[in-house]
Amino acid sequence: MKLLRSKIFFQGVLIINSIMVLLPVFFLLNSSLRESNDFASTPFALARDPYWENYARVWSEGSFGSYFFNSLIITGGSLVLILILALGAGFVLGRYQFKGNNLVFGFILTGMLVPAKLAILPLFIQLKWMGLLDSRLGLILVYTSAALPAAVFIMSGFFRSLPNDLDNAARIDGASEFVLLRRVLVPLVRPGMAIVAIYSAIPIWNDFFLPLVFLQSPEKKTLMQGLTVFFGQYASQWGVLFAGLCLAALPLVVLYLVLSEQFIKGLTAGAVKG
Amino acid sequence: MSSALRREQNRTTVSLLVPALAVIIIFTTIPALTTLSYAFFSWDGFQRGGFNGLENFQKLFAYPYSDQLFAALKHNTIAFVVIMTFQTSLGLLFAYAMFRIKRGLRLYRVVVFLPVIFSLVVVGYLWQALLDPFYGPVNQIITAIGLPEFAKPWLGDTATALPTLMFINLWRWVGFPAIVFLAGLNAINTEYIEAARIDGASEGQIFRKIIFPLLAPSLTIITVLTFIGAYEWFDLPFVLGGSNGSPAGATDTLALMFYRLSFGSIDSGANNVGVGSALGVLIFTLVGLGAAFGSKMLRKREVEQ
Repeated sequence: MKLLRSKIFFQGVLIINSIMVLLPVFFLLNSSLRESNDFASTPFALARDPYWENYARVWSEGSFGSYFFNSLIITGGSLVLILILALGAGFVLGRYQFKGNNLVFGFILTGMLVPAKLAILPLFIQLKWMGLLDSRLGLILVYTSAALPAAVFIMSGFFRSLPNDLDNAARIDGASEFVLLRRVLVPLVRPGMAIVAIYSAIPIWNDFFLPLVFLQSPEKKTLMQGLTVFFGQYASQWGVLFAGLCLAALPLVVLYLVLSEQFIKGLTAGAVKG
Repeated sequence: MSSALRREQNRTTVSLLVPALAVIIIFTTIPALTTLSYAFFSWDGFQRGGFNGLENFQKLFAYPYSDQLFAALKHNTIAFVVIMTFQTSLGLLFAYAMFRIKRGLRLYRVVVFLPVIFSLVVVGYLWQALLDPFYGPVNQIITAIGLPEFAKPWLGDTATALPTLMFINLWRWVGFPAIVFLAGLNAINTEYIEAARIDGASEGQIFRKIIFPLLAPSLTIITVLTFIGAYEWFDLPFVLGGSNGSPAGATDTLALMFYRLSFGSIDSGANNVGVGSALGVLIFTLVGLGAAFGSKMLRKREVEQ
């Protein structure tokens, strides 16, 4: 147990883990900048003379741009809807005392227990019936519904933690309830909105299961769903495939490097108290 | 409260709560409840037939489905045990290491958690390339260090496919328990640790007697989430082995079987919504009961600080 006393041991553990994490990522980046044939003969060589052509091909040939755009629309649309609905419901449930408050809150929380994947069949049939199958709006509504329970839970906690005097002061100044919410409280719950945004947006951007089931038209496919098509089209054109993977991962990685604390907090929001 | 304000608040309540509730009811509650009912009807494609009692459940437990069902259940159970053992212990090790060091903490946190933000599609394809039998660097390294007999088609061999999937899962997920445990460690009152150190306790004793028991709430959460994740395991097996759990069903899981039954597949043919729904009900019950029972048992051993 002497090991546990030495900081060098722990530094060593973390350095080895960092290498395990970063080496595959570096390999991916490096290979995306090499010609496919070069890669096949010497997979390890460094891309000393970056071959950007791979990225140009990914972006211009095929439907990568349209996949990217669809993911942006679907993730963005869901996010706006989730934030608006969770702000409203979180405000009411967190700050008003009325009969049935706990009941409604409890009901919303049961939504967190339902795994969307297992309700996929009725959802499929229901969306078909509503004319929302193979539709970006349909997908946005399903994502919103799946993320809302946790979002309302997080937002109501933030609203509850604000002092009541704020409301009374605003009301005395003649503010309506909507103005109170929008002008006074929303600016104060921004950290909660950031957590909700990250908690909701990342799984939606990364998801491929629901698009796989709900979207059939090639022009509506999302990025992660499209990658599977892309991999069939460019089989063994390694450089292009790696460039595609890099482009698909890039937006979140860039955001993560800028906002890592918020990302970590947001993605572990369900598991870590406080 | 004045009655004018009360009336305004009632209006606000209705107008802010109804849209959120409507979305949840239409797109979560109703599908979840109807999925239960689907299991008790006969189906022709996506057309519902008559009520057929428990027939779908009987079919699920008879040939040809029962073999698939028990093979998949076995794979999910292996995944739970292995992921729980290795991913959770490693996560705890990384968390404790980050807790003990000062230098580089911020950087390590960012690196440890990085793979968690990657899509499983990206992770799956990246590792497929890394493990490629011909071009993949993993086999080239293994050959280069003089162990060519261990250079295998890792994902194509029935003996190694499932362990390889679990390894990739670990690579992607281990940062999650690490961060949850680190938050748990930081929540421990340092006075306990200082007092024990003054009393001459070794770091090993402090870990076993003070830190580990106080981490029980984090362990409860990680165990329950790992359980749910392992028994609903879908994305990675689907990306790397397709809906049939290639090679030869070696990576089949309950969720893949559910997907095949729901939407059909090239190899197993047309879908069977009734049996699929019965399987869905089974998975939901298993996961729900397991998670509820598990968290109750685990919570008992949590201590107050």
